[in-house]
Amino acid sequence: MGATRRYRVAAGVGAALLAASTVTACGSDGGGGGITVNVYKYPQENFQAIVDSCNAKAGGRYNIVYNKLPREADGQREQMVRRLAAEDDSMDVLGLDVTWTAELAKAGWIREFTGSVKSQVENGTLPGPLQTATYEGKLYGAPDNTNVQLLWYRSDLVPTPPKTWDEMISMAEALVAEGKPGQIVGQGKQYEGLVVLFNTLVNSNGGALLDENGTKAVVDDKAVEALAALKKLATSKAIDPSFSNAAEDNARLAMEGGNAAFQLNWPYVYAAAQKKPEFAKNFKWAPFPTLGGDQARVTVGGVNYAVSSYTTHPDESFDAVLCLRSAENQKLAALKDGVPPTIEAVYDDPEMVEAYPMSADIKETLKNSSVRPRTPAYQNVSTVISTILSPPANIDPQATADRLRQELQDALDSKGVLP
Amino acid sequence: MSHATTAGTAKTEASPTPVTPKKKPALSEGKKAERRLGWLLCAPAALTMIAVTGWPILYSVLLSMQRFDLKFPDRTEWVWFDNYVTVLSSPYWWNAVWVTVLLTVFTVAIELVLGMSLALIMHRALVGRGIVRTTTLIPYGIVTVVAAFSWRFAWTPGTGYLAEALGGDPVLTEKIPALLVVGLAEIWKTTPFMALLLMAGLALVPDDLLKAAAMDGASGWQRFIKITVPIMKPAILVALLFRTLDAFRIFDNLFVLTAGSQGTSSVSMLTYNNLIKGLNLGIGSTMSVLIFIMVAIIAFVFIKLFGTAAPGSDDGGKR
Repeated sequence: MGATRRYRVAAGVGAALLAASTVTACGSDGGGGGITVNVYKYPQENFQAIVDSCNAKAGGRYNIVYNKLPREADGQREQMVRRLAAEDDSMDVLGLDVTWTAELAKAGWIREFTGSVKSQVENGTLPGPLQTATYEGKLYGAPDNTNVQLLWYRSDLVPTPPKTWDEMISMAEALVAEGKPGQIVGQGKQYEGLVVLFNTLVNSNGGALLDENGTKAVVDDKAVEALAALKKLATSKAIDPSFSNAAEDNARLAMEGGNAAFQLNWPYVYAAAQKKPEFAKNFKWAPFPTLGGDQARVTVGGVNYAVSSYTTHPDESFDAVLCLRSAENQKLAALKDGVPPTIEAVYDDPEMVEAYPMSADIKETLKNSSVRPRTPAYQNVSTVISTILSPPANIDPQATADRLRQELQDALDSKGVLP
Repeated sequence: MSHATTAGTAKTEASPTPVTPKKKPALSEGKKAERRLGWLLCAPAALTMIAVTGWPILYSVLLSMQRFDLKFPDRTEWVWFDNYVTVLSSPYWWNAVWVTVLLTVFTVAIELVLGMSLALIMHRALVGRGIVRTTTLIPYGIVTVVAAFSWRFAWTPGTGYLAEALGGDPVLTEKIPALLVVGLAEIWKTTPFMALLLMAGLALVPDDLLKAAAMDGASGWQRFIKITVPIMKPAILVALLFRTLDAFRIFDNLFVLTAGSQGTSSVSMLTYNNLIKGLNLGIGSTMSVLIFIMVAIIAFVFIKLFGTAAPGSDDGGKR
């Protein structure tokens, strides 16, 4: 009884404060309909131009304001979840990393896309990115940009790129045996990059870590084979000696330094390589090497837009999302900020093909890509995976799989302790 | 102040006819009114304390007995002590406990020695006393997060002078070196605080006593051990207790320097990671209750171990 009354008083005070702040917020908008759509997104260099063009298009119906989140992913997520947990109604549109969608959807913090907005988002969007925005059969996000890794190689050492994982390792070992720079570089450090690599291997081999609903840890036999493949790479004579401590940029620098013939990495390495013309001339790409099937199923990265459950302007927010991720704006972001688009048609634009020579391969890879485990407990799942797989050379496929299964299940049951 | 109140109430109470004396005649009407007024005066503060500390503590105890995970809002349930089992059987937790205990013991021990020397210097300084005291206190005056960032940049290979001086290895990416850096930052930051508290204690030591001992032939070390230290024991205890409790809850330095990666989490860092990052209110609250218990034990041990000299039982020391 007493508690109810206390809540009521607290709610009353809170409501009064909120009302006061809303009034001031509306008052400071100035012209137009007076509706502000607050977009929270990571710092993207040319995003303000996109926002401006959308504001011009809105014709005064609403005004989008770009609020920059911290540069690091953890900081972005933390600010958003803290404010969402407090039911902050001053956040309208959120730029989410693809792995956060399930968590925020399950917590009830972001709105489902329905009706015509849903069909407009789905129309023409590549399946891989679209899947990252889907949770339990419902659409919770609008894919803005995406990313997939490719195999990068030195064409002066490797005339034809390897098709399979084993082929890549044996080619590299042959080069090393001849005393040539034949190392393989990639992400083996204890962090998200290792999870991305492992997820690609598991999915390429047709395996699974969690069941369809993301409630039960599976880690099947195919996943055990993927563990063996990862161990084979990590213990190969051709592996970069600092593999177990290498993130994306370490891998890029190692290859640019001249020791490696193969690199598993995101497309940004292409733009970076152009600064070294001698190196760039022989720097080529191919689809990610396969394991098991005839095509690798590469893990997708990228960003989805979501609409907060606590927004007071849902219609305007959904509208703003559609504009911010329009084909035209995705092209702008791809050309200016180098982030691959999620709408298929953008890849066929002549300007795109020129600036992005590997865009056809990215598009092909995206069509058959894989998604990291979709569970609200992804943060814990990812931590468990990277911790258990580190260092990759010490993997004992069957034993590691058993441990993974046990600890993943704990994470799904809220029993996981984050380090 | 209290005299004025008594006089005021006495006057108003005097006019009605005196009532028959009750069983306890010790409490006169005036006394009672005064006591009532006392209660009324401290009620706002007491109620505020209950609202801002009592309720959150109780709430976190309640949370710690539930599966309460913001990621799974529809699966909230009472699990009683399951969370405690989970946390207490987690290697991450015990690693964090050891990291915290070692950091606390080493930093506080070093701080005590350094702080005592600094306090003596500040106390004895004949020339430039003001300058000595001011410069000593500078580290304590810098905001911890700002200081931690400057340590981080100093230790980052490529940008930092300390990293360059030590061969350019990324010290913050390995457990032991990272913990040494955190300990160093902590000592640098809080030694002045220790020195300040100890200096207050030094002021308690009467000069006559020291002079008399010198007359009796006591050496400088003997005077320090036999006279100075015993007299300032309360001040030392307060300084130790404050610093131990503070060090045990170390957070900001760690948050900036390593954010708990490579097994460098302290218990507070681990709790933050589970509570704010992991959104697992059940496990996170369990950890904060455990920290609460550990801090209470530390305080209890201090009081018991040092008996009457402990803060609270002796008003001779500064608070």
